[in-house]
Amino acid sequence: MDNKMDLDKHQNEGIENIPMQQRRDFLKMGLAITGIFAGGSMLSVASTFNRAHASDFAKKYPYKPHYSMVMRQDRCIDCERCMEACVKTNHVPNVHGAYRTTILEKETPDAIGGKREFIPVLCNQCNLPQCVRVCPTKATYKDKTNGIVMMKIQNCIGCLTCQEGCPYNARYFSEEKKAVDKCNFCIDTRLAHGEKLTACAFACPAEVRVFGDLSNQEDQVFKLVHQIEKQVWVLRPEAGTRPNVFYTKG
Amino acid sequence: MAQQFTLNELVSGVVNRLKSAGMGYYLMVLISGLLVLAATGAGLHAMIMGHENFYNVTREMPWGILIAAYVFFVVTSTGLCLVSSIGHVFGIQDFMPIAKRSVFLSIATILSGFFVIAFEIKLPWRMAIYNVISPNLTSNIWWMGTLYGIYLMFMFMEYVFLNMNKHNPAVVCGFSGSVAGILAHSNLGAVFGLLMGREFWHGPYMPIYFIASAMMTGCAVIIMFHILGYKVNNEKMGPDMERSLEVTTKVGILLICVILFFTTWKMISGIAGEPGGKYEAIMALINGKFAFSFWVFEILAAMVAPLILFMLSRGKNLKFMLLASISMIIGIFVMRFNLVMVGQSVPVYLELGVNEYKHLMDYVPSLYEMIITAGGFGMTALLFLLGEKIFDGHKVDADHH
Repeated sequence: MDNKMDLDKHQNEGIENIPMQQRRDFLKMGLAITGIFAGGSMLSVASTFNRAHASDFAKKYPYKPHYSMVMRQDRCIDCERCMEACVKTNHVPNVHGAYRTTILEKETPDAIGGKREFIPVLCNQCNLPQCVRVCPTKATYKDKTNGIVMMKIQNCIGCLTCQEGCPYNARYFSEEKKAVDKCNFCIDTRLAHGEKLTACAFACPAEVRVFGDLSNQEDQVFKLVHQIEKQVWVLRPEAGTRPNVFYTKG
Repeated sequence: MAQQFTLNELVSGVVNRLKSAGMGYYLMVLISGLLVLAATGAGLHAMIMGHENFYNVTREMPWGILIAAYVFFVVTSTGLCLVSSIGHVFGIQDFMPIAKRSVFLSIATILSGFFVIAFEIKLPWRMAIYNVISPNLTSNIWWMGTLYGIYLMFMFMEYVFLNMNKHNPAVVCGFSGSVAGILAHSNLGAVFGLLMGREFWHGPYMPIYFIASAMMTGCAVIIMFHILGYKVNNEKMGPDMERSLEVTTKVGILLICVILFFTTWKMISGIAGEPGGKYEAIMALINGKFAFSFWVFEILAAMVAPLILFMLSRGKNLKFMLLASISMIIGIFVMRFNLVMVGQSVPVYLELGVNEYKHLMDYVPSLYEMIITAGGFGMTALLFLLGEKIFDGHKVDADHH
């Protein structure tokens, strides 16, 4: 209060009395501050822009249709209906460690507000799949039409090198099928029969999993990843596999 | 030496040599034979009933002790081939006397490796078909398997030519076998090294390290089996053989130093800057769940203790050399186990920080896996023991006189 009283006692000295040098210094400081903010904003937009475009991860969409999935991660409530639907549709055996898709749980105890998130994971149908490169007998391959990483069961020798190579833990050995098994976006069990969605995407009550064709600019997955308002990311970009499963929020 | 024998004379010679053996020999043959039988039984049982019920490998750690054992046996085989080739392929006289036994053992150890991996691979019969009709040329494991097949063929032919005293074709086969061995073995390193999602393995280090560590292992195995071979045959080494083991010991000392140097930089590169995924693996070796096996087996038993013993032996004290080589072989087996397990124990989603994968994962071999591993060692022992008698101590001309 004393300070305020003191200030009140002072008279406005008027800008006409401020020396030219002081004015210049003030203007420079203002410009510098503005510049920092403007530059920072532009940088942040630029970096978001980089991360937001799927083309930066997948590089290109050479398949028609180029199947892809976008996870709206914050919508997931871990109800596991996607997992149940997958098991039922794709005859995934009921043994420990056998699944084509699962939901991971992440806790951030010191976060303000919500402290738990759920991260659904499945095969990322990568554009540069390690599993395909390492397989000695071409038992796993990239489908030339739609880019899905497929299994040719009779070729699989069960060396499990593909499991070692996969940076997403998306593969398991099925004793029933006598081969490594993995998600194929329900190509044989649903898409081949005219269905538009994978079993997991269809079963999800919160529409977490958006499934579609990245090569079609009218498709929802294309629109979700080709924008800069919301951040889009992929898991383990450093593994260099150019995945086709994207993550976003909202 | 170029005498001609009739088949009957050859057979009676082998029978006489087998009959001349002591009780200890028969006991060892029995034990190693039983180990092979037990392993075959366990492996076939697991194959028929489903591996998942008998092996402790998981979705996250699909490679267990059998892969580590396979790596160990093929490392040993390649090492035997490379170290022995210094003499009979590249013409360094001092290494000549160890040629035959080493080549024989390189065949024995690679067969042991194939024996073990046949029970690790879930559907090995498909491999025989689809490796040929559906090859993937970008796959290191395809190259490794194919080149090891070629390698085995050359080593087998080389051994036959060595026994027939046909020097020139033996050199050609020995050289071809060495080239195939180096290519096959570096491809095995690349099976691990080219996996971009596995930070502990990823990079050019593995193929290079594999070759150097094969030669280190080769020295240990040559020294151990030559000393044991003379014990089995109850013979005294001639000066040429003694000289051969002396120079092998020197090469062994050099290669232990090379691997110590490699290991040191591997550890430092994994700590400096705390690279994600690799740092956790290196710390698991330094002071985590792999620390005991790293310091006691990998560093002390495989390298430091044998280095001291080899130096003290001056390449002449056979007791020290035998002790050093046995210590090395035990240590190197654990080294291979750690190499395979540490790389896998870091979950692929560790950096994501999810509850499911916050810590390094565990693997403990099952009883079946341990029996099959023991069977691999049994097979090497059995072939070694039989080879000593059937091929009359793998005598080389120079050593004979």
